[in-house]
Amino acid sequence: MSRDVAVVAFVQTRHTAEDTGMSEVELLAPIITEIKERTGLRRFGFTCSGSCDYLAGAPFSFVSALDAVGAWPPISESHVEMDAAWALYEAWVKLQHGEIDTALVYGFGKPSQGTLREIMTQQLDPYYLAPLGVDQVSLAALQARAYLERSGAKEDDLRAVAARSRAAGRDNPFALHLDDPGDAGYDVAPLRPHDIAADADGAAAIVLATGDKARELCERPAWITGIDHRSEAHLPGVRDLARSDSARIAGEKAGATGIEVAELHAQFTHEELILREALGLGDDVTVNPSGGALSANPVMATGLIRIGEAARRIHDGTASKALAHAASGPCLQQNLVCVLSGENNG
Amino acid sequence: MGNPCAIIGVGQTAYKTKRLDVSMAGLVREAAQRALDDAGLTWNDIDAVVIGKAPDLFEGVMMPEAYLADALGARGKPMMRVHTAGSVGGSTANVAASLIQSGVHDRVLTVAWEKQSESNATWALTVNTPYSTSLVVGAGGYFAPHIRAYMRRSGAPDHIGTLVAVKDRENALKNPYAHLKIPGISREMVESTPMLWEPIRYLETCPSSDGACAMVLASEDAARKTPNRPAWVHGTSMRSEPIFFAGRDTVNPQGGMDAAADVYRQAGIADPRRELDVAETYVPFSWYEPMWLENLGFCGEGEGWKLTESGATALDGDIPWNASGGVLSSNPIGASGMIRFAEAALQVRGLAGEHQVEGARRALGHAYGGGAQFFAMWIVGSDKP
Amino acid sequence: MPSKPDQSTVTDLPAEAPNHVLEFPGGYTRSVGPVIGRFLSELRDGRLVGVRTQAGKVLFPPLEYDPDSGEAVTDEYVEVGPAGTVQSWSWVSRPLKVHPLDRPFAWALIQPDGADTALLHALDMGVLEEGAEAPRYLKTGLRVRPKFRGRGKRAGSINDIECFEPEVTMINAPSRLEYELQGGRALDRFLEGVSQGKLIGHRCGVCGQVIVPMKGLCPKDGVPTTEEVELPDTGTVTTFAVNNLPDPRAPEVPFVSAYILLDGAGLTMLALVAGVPADQVRMGMRVKAAWRPREEWGKTMSNIKWFEPLDEPDVPFDAIKDYL
Repeated sequence: MSRDVAVVAFVQTRHTAEDTGMSEVELLAPIITEIKERTGLRRFGFTCSGSCDYLAGAPFSFVSALDAVGAWPPISESHVEMDAAWALYEAWVKLQHGEIDTALVYGFGKPSQGTLREIMTQQLDPYYLAPLGVDQVSLAALQARAYLERSGAKEDDLRAVAARSRAAGRDNPFALHLDDPGDAGYDVAPLRPHDIAADADGAAAIVLATGDKARELCERPAWITGIDHRSEAHLPGVRDLARSDSARIAGEKAGATGIEVAELHAQFTHEELILREALGLGDDVTVNPSGGALSANPVMATGLIRIGEAARRIHDGTASKALAHAASGPCLQQNLVCVLSGENNG
Repeated sequence: MGNPCAIIGVGQTAYKTKRLDVSMAGLVREAAQRALDDAGLTWNDIDAVVIGKAPDLFEGVMMPEAYLADALGARGKPMMRVHTAGSVGGSTANVAASLIQSGVHDRVLTVAWEKQSESNATWALTVNTPYSTSLVVGAGGYFAPHIRAYMRRSGAPDHIGTLVAVKDRENALKNPYAHLKIPGISREMVESTPMLWEPIRYLETCPSSDGACAMVLASEDAARKTPNRPAWVHGTSMRSEPIFFAGRDTVNPQGGMDAAADVYRQAGIADPRRELDVAETYVPFSWYEPMWLENLGFCGEGEGWKLTESGATALDGDIPWNASGGVLSSNPIGASGMIRFAEAALQVRGLAGEHQVEGARRALGHAYGGGAQFFAMWIVGSDKP
Repeated sequence: MPSKPDQSTVTDLPAEAPNHVLEFPGGYTRSVGPVIGRFLSELRDGRLVGVRTQAGKVLFPPLEYDPDSGEAVTDEYVEVGPAGTVQSWSWVSRPLKVHPLDRPFAWALIQPDGADTALLHALDMGVLEEGAEAPRYLKTGLRVRPKFRGRGKRAGSINDIECFEPEVTMINAPSRLEYELQGGRALDRFLEGVSQGKLIGHRCGVCGQVIVPMKGLCPKDGVPTTEEVELPDTGTVTTFAVNNLPDPRAPEVPFVSAYILLDGAGLTMLALVAGVPADQVRMGMRVKAAWRPREEWGKTMSNIKWFEPLDEPDVPFDAIKDYL
C-alpha cells in the first residue's frame, strides 16, 4: 500500500537566542493559527508533535501545548519524545492507511531555559556515560576528531562549513544572524564556538496531505517520495564515529539520488561532512541554504524545520528534488532521511 | 484500516516493587525476549522497534530509547519513541500497529516499560516549577476530586470502589505476572486501610511497579509462519483534549467517548457490553471502573456503579473487566497501557492461563493518561477481520 | 566472662582522657610463617588466596594445617573470590572506637567463591545513622566483595581489606539541572494582577467564557484571547480531595485541595481551602480568598493563602454540576 503524501504548508517562528518571555504555548499558538489560515483547515485527520520534557525541566511539557492546537472537539493525536521530524514520520505512516487525508505536525523547544549541553548528558547510558558527566559538545568533539583523522579533513574545512552556513543564515529571516567565524579558541577541541549549533527558542509546524487534497491545498506540493530512519548502537566506543552507517541506510531506503538541495540536521560542522559522505551528496548539491542548525537550533523542532525548508524549495520551484535529514541522540545516533519531489512519482 | 495486523508475540516481566536484579536494559530485554520466543522469532527477524514510556523523569534517563537502541536489537533499524503520558503503553502499540497496517514493515517489536523504583513517582509526576501550585501530590491527589464528583453525580454508594479493589486483586491471584497478590483480600481489608486522598483509600489505589511488556506485531504474511495462534487488530483509536477549559467534563471526558465510538465503528461493534467478551481497561483507582464503564458505553450515564455492583465485570460475569488484575494490581506506569493491550490479545488467543475468559473472541484494550485527557484503545479478535 | 557494663554504656561514657594507657611502644612484631605470609603477601597485591588441604578442600584464609584433621596442608595455593557469599553475620548498630568502621555495620563470615571456608571481616552496608537496624537486604547468602585499601596503603595485613561491601546491584545517579523558566506573557500578566490584589481573566471571543488564569488563548476554541475581565475573589467549591499523604512540597496534612469556580468564571481553578476542618468542606460551599497582609504581596499566587468559607448558603448541586 502506498498513498502519495506531500508537505503542503510549513510555518516557523523567528527563532531567538534569548528568552523573550513567551511560554512554549505562546511560541506555538501563532504558528498554529498561521498554518490553519494558510491551509484554510480548522481540523486535521491526525496531529502529532515532538518535544522533550527535559528542556522544560518538568514532566509532560507537551500537555499544555495542546492548548495551542484547539483540541476541541477532541482530536486524534500522538506525541514522540523525539525531534518533531519523527512526529512527521508517524503522521506519514498514519496517512498511508488511516481514513484521513490531512495531518498537522509540530515541534517546539526552549533551550534558553537551561544548559543544553548538560541537559543532553541525561540522554546517555546511565551506567557508563552519564555518571562521567560527559556533555554533548565533548562527545561531539570526540566524533569530530575521529572524522578528521579518518578523512584527512582539516579544521579549516569545518570553518568553511560554519562560514557558509552563517552566510546563508543571514539571508534567512527566521534564523539568527551570526557573524563570520572569528578567531575564537577551542570550546572542546577540536571544536570551536562556530562549529557548534546556535541554540535558539522556537517552534515549527507542517501540514501533510494526501493525493488530491494536497493538490487542492498547495499549488506545487512537495511530495514525499521516500522517508526512512535508522539507528546506530549507543555507546561511542562500539561504533565507527567517523562514519554514519545509519544515515547511509536511511538515504538508500529513501531513494536519495538526484538531489539538488539538501537540508541537513547537523548540530556541529563535522556532522555535515559526515552526512554528505554517507548520503552521497556531491559538491553540486546545495546544502543548508537556510543556514541549518548552525544558524538556528530550536531543539526538537530543528529536524522538522529541515523538512519544511526542503519542501519550501519545492513549493517555490527552486528545486525539483530535495532531501531533508533529521538526527536524534548523541553523535548522530539516529538519522532520518526524507526525499521530496515536485513530481509525485519521484 | 489498512493491511491486517496480527499480534504474534506477547512478553511480560513479573511486576514487582523493585526489580533490583536487572538493569533498565535487562528489564526491557526480558519482556522483549519472551515476546520473540512466543512469536518464534529472533532479534534479527525484527524490522523496527517502537518504545513507549512516560515520563523520562521516572528513571532520570532522558529519551532513553537512544541508550536502549542496541539493547533492543535496533542497530541499523528504525526505532521510535512514543510519549503520551499514562496512555503511552496503548499509543505505542497503536503506532506499532500503524507500521504494519501501512505496509511499511512486516515484523515490529514494541516495548513499554517503567522502573519506578529508580526514582519516586510522586516526585516525577509533580515537579513544581516556579509557576505551579503544590496542591496535587501524585496522581491520586489529582483524581480524587473527580472521583468525588462522580460519586455525587451518579449517587453511587461508597462501597463500589471497594468492590472493584477486591475483584481486581482476586483476579491478580490468577495472574503469574501480577505485582499485588493479597490472599484473602476482602471488603473489610480494603475498608480498614486509610484514606490517602479522600475519597480514595490506600487499597483502592494502584501499586508502584517495575516492569516491562512487549509485543511482536506482524503482517498477514509474517503471521502465517508463527508457531502460536495470533490475535488480530480490529480497530485502533486515539483522542486527546486540553486539560483545563470552560465546559470540560472531567468525570466523563468527551475524548474517551469519541475514541470508543471510533474504535467500535472500525470493529463493527454496536453494543460493547454484548459484543465484547472481555475488556482490559486502565483503572488505577478503583472508582475508575464504574466511570469508564459509562464513558466507554458499556451502560448509560450514572449506571456504571450498578454494573459493577451486579458482578457483571467479575471474572465470571457477563463482561469481565481486568481479568488480569489490571492496573490496580500491577502498575509500571509507562507499560501499564501496553499490558492492557497485550492482555486483551492474550485473551483472544486463548493464552491467558488461569485468568482466561472462556471462549473470548473479541477484547478491548484501553489506556488513558494526563488529566484523563489522552486516550488510546484497540480491539483485538481471534479472527482476521 | 567478668561482669562488664553493657556496650551502650561504654560508648556513652564521656570522652575524657583516660588516666592510664597500656600501649606497647611501636607495636608487637610477629612473624607470620610461610602460609599466612603467603596469604598476606598476596593480599597486599590485591589477591585472595587459599591453600588446598590434603583432603582436597580449599582452606581460606590459609592455615598451615587442616583444622579438621590436624594434617599439614599442601603447598598448592588457589586464588579465590574476590566475590563471596555471606555465611553468617552480626549487626553492630553502635560501633566502638576500635571497630574498623565508624557507622553501623555487620561482622560477617564470608566465603569467597572457590573456597570451602570463610573469613571474618567487617561488612559495610552504606551510610546509616548511629543506632540504625540492619538493612533488610542484608541476609545470609548476600553476595559481597572486598574493598581493598589503595596500593600504597596496603601493608600486608588483614586490614589491607578495609571491609567488604555488597556486590553492586544498584548505582546512584545524582541528577540536578538548572533552569530559568518563564511562565509566559499571559501568566505574567495574571500574576501582575495578583500582585495588586486582582484576579484577572480573559473572555473568549468565541465561547464567551471567562478563562482564569488566562492563557492568552482559549484551549477549547483554539483562538487568541485579549479581553481582560476582573473577577471577584469569591467563588464556589465544585469538588475537592482531602489529602492525607504528606509531601515535603505540599501543605501539612490533612489539607483540602479544591476546585473553585470564581464568580463569573467559566472554569474552575485548583486552590487550597482552609479555615474550616477538612471534614466540613462541601461541594457547593461558598468561599472567599484569604489574602496575606498587603506588605507581603509579590508577583505570586501565594499572595492568597487559601480560600475560606463565606457565611452564605451552599450553592445547589445543579448550579455546579456542569463545571465538574
